[in-house]
Amino acid sequence: MYKVKVYVTLKEGVLDPQGKAIQQSLRSLSYQEVEEVRVGKYIELFVEQHEQLEERINKMCDELLANPVIEEYQYEIEEAVR
Amino acid sequence: MKFAVIVFPGSNCDRDMLYAITDALQEEAHFVWHSESDLSSYDAILLPGGFSYGDYLRSGAMSSTSPIMRAVKEEAGKGKPVLGVCNGFQILLEAGLLPGAMLANENLSFICRNIPVRVEQNDTLFTNAFDQKEDIILPIAHGDGNYYCDDATYQSLVEHDQIVFTYPSNPNGSVHDIAGICNEQGNVLGMMPHPERAVEALLGSTDGLKIFQSILTNWREAHVLNT
Repeated sequence: MYKVKVYVTLKEGVLDPQGKAIQQSLRSLSYQEVEEVRVGKYIELFVEQHEQLEERINKMCDELLANPVIEEYQYEIEEAVR
Repeated sequence: MKFAVIVFPGSNCDRDMLYAITDALQEEAHFVWHSESDLSSYDAILLPGGFSYGDYLRSGAMSSTSPIMRAVKEEAGKGKPVLGVCNGFQILLEAGLLPGAMLANENLSFICRNIPVRVEQNDTLFTNAFDQKEDIILPIAHGDGNYYCDDATYQSLVEHDQIVFTYPSNPNGSVHDIAGICNEQGNVLGMMPHPERAVEALLGSTDGLKIFQSILTNWREAHVLNT
């Protein structure tokens, strides 16, 4: 069994209204040093061993987990005991 | 003319859409559950608004993988009219039937009110009852209505006259004020404003009805023989 940690983030240049709102709240808490906030998604997949593991994870990301028009993704695979 | 109103788990404008066709337009319409896979007996397909799958992951993302979307693609390929409103528009984007993607509204608030919408193209099968550049009144009700596409896609939309509706006063931050677009062939339209909620005077506007009348007129011209 593997645990796949998928991180989906908005592409550079795509406006992130949620990130902007969070940055403003941090500023109101006087964290002036925060220049930008970008919000993404973190998705955990627990996957059985598979010959084409990486290939299939890439496909899952391309087909559903991330929208290539506005988002990009990266992932880490680690062994997991369940 | 026979309309299909596709119902996804979480669709909440499906009944408005059905009544717009049966009550206001006086034509035939049926609900079709998203797990169905055949739409060949319908003349037009309507994807209603709502919050399919609770907008989990991204608005419209889960629904775009429903079995019915294969049938929608098939019928769209045959040139049948396909109209996606609000969440229906988001589903068309996620399914790749229209270019671009939807982001959260720029001001992060859910917007629900009547607003002016400009008809940029009146030579589509959805809009030929309007005047070119006519400003009409339609309700919007959305949290993720901020349409986004890159510059190359925008240029292509302009070149092929695919920008059908814009906002004279942009409520959500949409790129180039875009409120609705069609595909290159012109038979698939996605729009954030709700025409089905503007089909009788009691609702505050009848401008939305003209979209359904345009579809009907176009279909009659193509399918009903002159006698």
